[in-house]
Formats: sequence, C-alpha cells, structure tokens
Amino acid sequence: MSYQDFLQTYAARILNGTAVTAAQFLFASGVAILAALIAGLGKLSANPLIRGPAVVYIEIFRGTSLLVQLYWIFFVLPLFGLTLPKFAAGFLSVGMNVGAYGAELVRGAIQAVPRGQWEAALALNMTPATRMRRVILPQAFLLMLPPWGNLIIELLKGTALVSLISVADLMFQAKQINASTYLSAQSFGTALIVYYILARFVVTPFMRWLERVMAQRLGRT
Amino acid sequence: MEDMSNYPLELTGPDVPMVRFMNVTKSYGALVVLDKLDLDVAPGEMVTIIGPSGSGKTTVLRMLMTLEPINGGVIYVDGQPLTHMPRGGRLVPADARHLRKVRASIGMCFQQFNLFPHMTALQNCMEGPVQVLGLSRAEARARSEELLELVGMIDKKDQHPSRLSGGQQQRVAIARALAMRPKVMLFDEVTSALDPEVIGEVTAVIRKLVAEHNLTMLMVTHQMGFARDISDRICFFFGGRIEEQGPPDVLFGSPRRDRTRQFLSAVKEAI
Repeated sequence: MSYQDFLQTYAARILNGTAVTAAQFLFASGVAILAALIAGLGKLSANPLIRGPAVVYIEIFRGTSLLVQLYWIFFVLPLFGLTLPKFAAGFLSVGMNVGAYGAELVRGAIQAVPRGQWEAALALNMTPATRMRRVILPQAFLLMLPPWGNLIIELLKGTALVSLISVADLMFQAKQINASTYLSAQSFGTALIVYYILARFVVTPFMRWLERVMAQRLGRT
Repeated sequence: MEDMSNYPLELTGPDVPMVRFMNVTKSYGALVVLDKLDLDVAPGEMVTIIGPSGSGKTTVLRMLMTLEPINGGVIYVDGQPLTHMPRGGRLVPADARHLRKVRASIGMCFQQFNLFPHMTALQNCMEGPVQVLGLSRAEARARSEELLELVGMIDKKDQHPSRLSGGQQQRVAIARALAMRPKVMLFDEVTSALDPEVIGEVTAVIRKLVAEHNLTMLMVTHQMGFARDISDRICFFFGGRIEEQGPPDVLFGSPRRDRTRQFLSAVKEAI
C-alpha cells in the first residue's frame, strides 16, 4: 500500500481525529487561561483563604503527572459521585494541568510590572481591583504572551493523552488505524506531521500575531 | 507602642496647616531615615526640600503619598490625620478606607514619570477622573484637555508615552495628577531624569502652577536656581532631620549652619 493509497483510505478518519484534537485544544486552552488567571491572582492575594487554595491547586497539578491526573478525573472522580463524559474529562485534565503552569506565568508577569506603575496607580487613589484591571493586567498580559506561546504548544501536544481514555482524537485514530493495518510508520508518521503543522503553522503564527497586536495597543509600534 | 494620647484627633483653629508632620519617624530595620520630623506646610505654600542623597527628602514625599508606612508619629492633611484615624477617642493606624479618603487630597509626580504605557496622553489624564472619581467620560475629557492645554501637551494628546520625550511625558504626568484636583501636589525630583535641554519646559509648567493656582506644593529637587525662584520656603535636610529652613534668599544667601554652607558650595561647584 503506497502512502497515497493510505491517505485516500484513512483521510476521513484522520481529519475527524484532527477536528477532535482541535476541539480538545480550544476547550483546554480556555480552561487553562481561566485557571491560570484565577490561581495566579489568588497566589498573590494577601488573604490566606484565597492564597491557600491557589497554592494547593498549583502544587497538585504541577507536581503530579498529567496522565495520572487524567485517569483520576475520568476513573476516580466517579467513585466520589462526579462522572464526567470522556470528552470533558479530557480537556478539563489537560486545561487544569497547563493552567497550573500558566498561573506561575501570570504571577510572574504581574510582579514584573515596574513598581512605578503600581505607585502611580496608588497616587491616583485607585482601589487595588481597579489598579489590577486597568493598569497592571494589561501590561502583565504583554509580558506573559511569549512564554504562554510555549505553554499553549505544550498543551496542544498534551491533548494526545486524551486518546488513553478513548476520546477519538488524532492520536486515537492513528492507534486504531495502526492496530488494524500494522502500517505503523504511515499511521504515526501522519499523526506526527499533523501535530507539527498545527503547532508550527497554526498556533505559533497566531501567538505571534497576538503579540504584535498587544504591542501595538501598548503604543510600542 | 507609642502613646497616641499626645496627638490631637484633628487639627482645628485659624491656622490649620495643609500638611503637618508631627514627630514622624521612619526607619528601615536599624537604619533611621527620618528622626522625629516636625514639618508644617501652610495652605498655598510652596516648600522645597533640598539635601544630600540619603538625607530622607524623597521619603518625606513618599510617606505623605502613603507609598511608605511610617514607624512613629502622625501625618495630618488638611487638619485630618492621614496615617491614623480616630476611633474611640484616640488615634489608631488608618485602614485602607480611611487612607483612600484622605489620600484623595494628594497628588504626586515622579522622577520616572510613571505614565501608563498602554494609554495615550489623554487617556492617562482621564483614567483617574473616570475610574476613581466617577466622572462621565465627557466631563473627564473636558477636564483633561484643559489641563493638557495648560501643560502645553494638547497637540500630543493622542500619543502614547513611548512616542513622547521625557519632558513631554513629565508634563503629561503633571496634568494627570492635576486632573484629580488635589489640594497638595508633590514633585519628587521631576527633572532629575530629564535631558538638560528639556528641564526648562517642565520647570516652566511648575512656575505657571505656582503663579496661577493656589495649590499647596512640596517639592524635592536638585535645581537650586529653580527652587530659589519659586519656593516660599526651603528646607535643608541632613541625616534624617531638618538641619536648617527659611525663605530662599536667606537660606541660599546667608545660611547659618556649616552643613548647609558645605552642601550649597558643593552643589555650586558641580555646576
């Protein structure tokens, strides 16, 4: 079977898998960004009742394996009465895991905004919430974009693990095709190429574009 | 703990100062930066603080802006305690709400301008009035444009700070602080980070404020000629205390203390 024949036979399944991977990626990114923002701000809070949970979340999700987290959320949480569909369990696990790393980026970027900006906002008598929303976060956002680019690519590649709880993503389809044809080089080779194209020609240019747009909004053209 | 019963809950009478430092002490660990400072600034008065670096002059402004907590004493603004608040007939350390209330009468300009880089000059000026004072955007815009006109920056109102020179940024920063309608303006070495040729455009704005507005001002500067021209009083700080103070002509013309003379002649040599 030539590679062309292989593609013709399995293109539909590979495309389906790619669509599921893209959906997992988008949902997981949303979860990661939200979790990172909440936990990153929480970790900076002076209130231990807010800081505590943020630290626990970051420690657990950064300190343990993504695969184990995935299995926990999908196989163990039902024992405690919380059953999630596998699709949701997939993107939640990946998103929460990456969000814990993202939280440190959020915290670091907020702390990297020059002290003079905090002082100028205080001199204008802003409340801490207004200061964060109007002065600090917009500047922190620009600072954290480049490291977020790396993290989002890690997230994309991390979604391949959801195939292990039978979410029919690109990796799952590649494994299925391999199991029925034993064409390992073709199946996994194609998966490899698709992941590379997504990372290199979709995610990276998008993050670069976002960096440019944000830099323009900061007047750094 | 300091005995707070010696401090009045508020200042009353005919000559209430706009700012009063009463027995104010500031230290970083074992290092005492300000030692039992007493300083009054009358309404409408322009007071300039000079002195060698490390003498605590910038700390005076930063404490008044509540950027630095104090370690002893009380600061009053417009008769009200700033660093403390009355509770149960005596003064206790101020909470965030009290600080916000009293801090509203104080505005500050910084050595490094500290404009918000993601906003244009006009947006910088409108930010406080809209977000803090709750003005409508139209009102805030009118007020900001008037002040940008005053500092000669109306032509550049839609520029971001990165497109402005240091002198221009500092003039926008002055307009931004004035937009909050403070009673007391603090200028912390506002010309120190500027190229020599643009210092004049910032000092011109401050001269105009002194001449045309009845603001109380407290300034730290190394521009001795400028300080002499516009100040009502000069305070020479040395080692965390006021070594000597008086009208500019007296302090610059015939200083009484050795340290003042030494400092002034060292400054003259540098020019």
